[in-house]
Amino acid sequence: MNTEPYILLSAILFTIGCVGVLVRRNAIVVFMCVELMLNASNLALVTFAKANGNLDGQIAAFFVMVVAAAEVVVGLAIIMTIFRTRRSASVDDASLLKY
Amino acid sequence: MSSPIPLLSSLAAETHVPVVSPGTADGVFSLAWLVIVLPLAGAAILLLGGRRTNAWGHLLGTATVAGSFVLGLLMFFSMLGREVGERQVGQHLFTWIEAGGFTVGMDLLVDPLSILFVLLITGVGSLIHLYSIGYMAHDERRRRFFGYLNLFIAAMLMLVLAADYLGIFLGWEGVGLASYLLIGFWQHKPSAAAAAKKAFVMNRIGDIGMSLAIMLMFVTFGTTAFAGVSAAASGGSENTMNAIGLLLLLGACGKSAQVPLQAWLLDAMEGPTPVSALIHAATMVTAGVYLVTRSNFIFENAPVAQTAVVAVAVVTLLWGAIIGCAKDDIKKVLAGSTMSQIGYMMLGAGLGVAGYAFAIFHLLTHGFFKANMFLGAGSVMHATDDDVDMRHYGALARAVPITFLTFAMGYLAIIGFPGFSGFWSKDKIIETAFADNVWIGVAATIGAGVTAFYMTRLMLMTFFTKERWEPGVHPHESPKVMTIPLMVLAALSLLGGLLLAGNWITDWLTPVVGEAHHEHPPIPAWALTLIIVVVVAAGVAVAWFTIGRTEVPREAPTDVSVFTRAARADLYGDAINEGLVINPGRHAVTGLMAFDTSVIDAAVEGQASGVSGLAMVYRKVQNGFVRSYALSILVGAALVVAVMLVVNAG
Repeated sequence: MNTEPYILLSAILFTIGCVGVLVRRNAIVVFMCVELMLNASNLALVTFAKANGNLDGQIAAFFVMVVAAAEVVVGLAIIMTIFRTRRSASVDDASLLKY
Repeated sequence: MSSPIPLLSSLAAETHVPVVSPGTADGVFSLAWLVIVLPLAGAAILLLGGRRTNAWGHLLGTATVAGSFVLGLLMFFSMLGREVGERQVGQHLFTWIEAGGFTVGMDLLVDPLSILFVLLITGVGSLIHLYSIGYMAHDERRRRFFGYLNLFIAAMLMLVLAADYLGIFLGWEGVGLASYLLIGFWQHKPSAAAAAKKAFVMNRIGDIGMSLAIMLMFVTFGTTAFAGVSAAASGGSENTMNAIGLLLLLGACGKSAQVPLQAWLLDAMEGPTPVSALIHAATMVTAGVYLVTRSNFIFENAPVAQTAVVAVAVVTLLWGAIIGCAKDDIKKVLAGSTMSQIGYMMLGAGLGVAGYAFAIFHLLTHGFFKANMFLGAGSVMHATDDDVDMRHYGALARAVPITFLTFAMGYLAIIGFPGFSGFWSKDKIIETAFADNVWIGVAATIGAGVTAFYMTRLMLMTFFTKERWEPGVHPHESPKVMTIPLMVLAALSLLGGLLLAGNWITDWLTPVVGEAHHEHPPIPAWALTLIIVVVVAAGVAVAWFTIGRTEVPREAPTDVSVFTRAARADLYGDAINEGLVINPGRHAVTGLMAFDTSVIDAAVEGQASGVSGLAMVYRKVQNGFVRSYALSILVGAALVVAVMLVVNAG
């Protein structure tokens, strides 16, 4: 099986997610980019699992999905609360915890 | 008047130093341990028993010392009945220290030398305990005072009965502690507290010498017991023996208030007067003389150290006498006199085999007459509401007749009035000094003249001349419990010379210090005695014409000669200590402190502030922007991946 296209796609998706996290200010968008990176890595995991012919990578992908779901619950709740108190969802505004 | 000097014995020029080899204790000697334990138990009961023992504490304290005295007497008479060769008795109590090949036993040695000390310490000690019952009657801490006194007696007995230098050291430190506690007994007076500290610190300096000497002995001979050291001493190299001797002399100087460690004794008079009599006149301060005499096997092989002993002695005997001439405080005059008289004893001990017995003889007679005079001074102070200034006395002879008469016995003894105890003992030391070196003899004779001057001055200012009493002072004689010890000591001051009858004391001490071979003094003994008596008479006459015939001012005159001023300032003993030791020490400490703050502390603190300065810069990285953190994580991850790629590819 030729894994190259899958890995290439995974890398492109990860890079898009990475750049999104670094350049976007809206917390929701940053959040979505994080999800994008997680799914890119999931794609890589299942690709290698298929290529190696065992289930290790798929099991790891399941774990990532579970963690991502839990993270969405907590993360969205935090973003909601911040938005309610500060009337803004910009990640740069929430910079109180510093030197 | 002076006893004839044996002829021909000078032919036996070969010095024979006896080796300590005691027989086992039997009969009454098996109770030797009890001599020390009795007062020790007294001290323990009085000091641990607390207020419960207040009512009878002083009686118990006196009884324990008297019990030791009775035991001492029994041992003395038992020893008198023995053959000369069997008079050294040792008692092994227990093994004190055992470490590898090094063993120190708790051994006691009862021999002709130590038994004389036991009798002096417990005998004079009992009398002074008795006297203190009256003297301290109105002191609410009397029970504690007796506890300390008992502790002192126990430590002093340990010092003289030990058969090992470490045992001596134990007693040595014990008497130092007791002396500290008793000088500072009236601790509410800052001057007393300071005097106690001064005595303690100056004694520590001497103790360094003592402990170094013991260590050197152990290194050289492998033992610190008298038996071992005395057997090996003649084989030691002269340099080692000199070093041990000089270090022992340093210890003796500290304890016996000899120049250059003399300055503490005058301040020690802050203690209650019975303390001055017992510790700072009769017993503890003579421990240095005991040490030198006991270590005769070392000093006989250490000519330099022996010469040093003589030098220290001559300087001190004049030093103390000069101080005594200018003081107005009756106790300080007596303290200066004590210093001077111990100088005489040291002189005797430094002169070697010929002088040891006379040093001990003078030590005993001095113990009698000086304790007598100190207690007499206490009685005078008792009569004048604790005034010590002789310028406030005068004409007390009639007010306190018993004190006056007993004091007069001590006075006649110390100036060496023919027939009194001090006459015989001092005469013998000066004679031996003349036989050794004319100039030492001359110095000792001058010292005798000065002694006569200051003691006559004291007598005249206290008991004669016109009344100069403070208003409201009504002198009264002391109670019997105080005057009876005075009378006993006065009798001993008069009769102490009997110890020399038939050369008894020299024969008695021969088994310890060796056979003396007398050298002839350059002038006949009778002429020498006559010269001494004339010098003493001159001293008395000078005192009579300068003090007895004139009006004594109530205030000390200030327009005095430079010599008087120097003597009043203790010949600048404190100033010398301050200039030579204390101030350089302070400067050294200040310098070290400056070095510490400016170099060591600066280096350490510089490092710390450098680190915190860097941190001030680097903490800006924590800017609170999530995206910048994410970037650093990304860069970090990229770096890790890159490194892994490089490593794996390589």
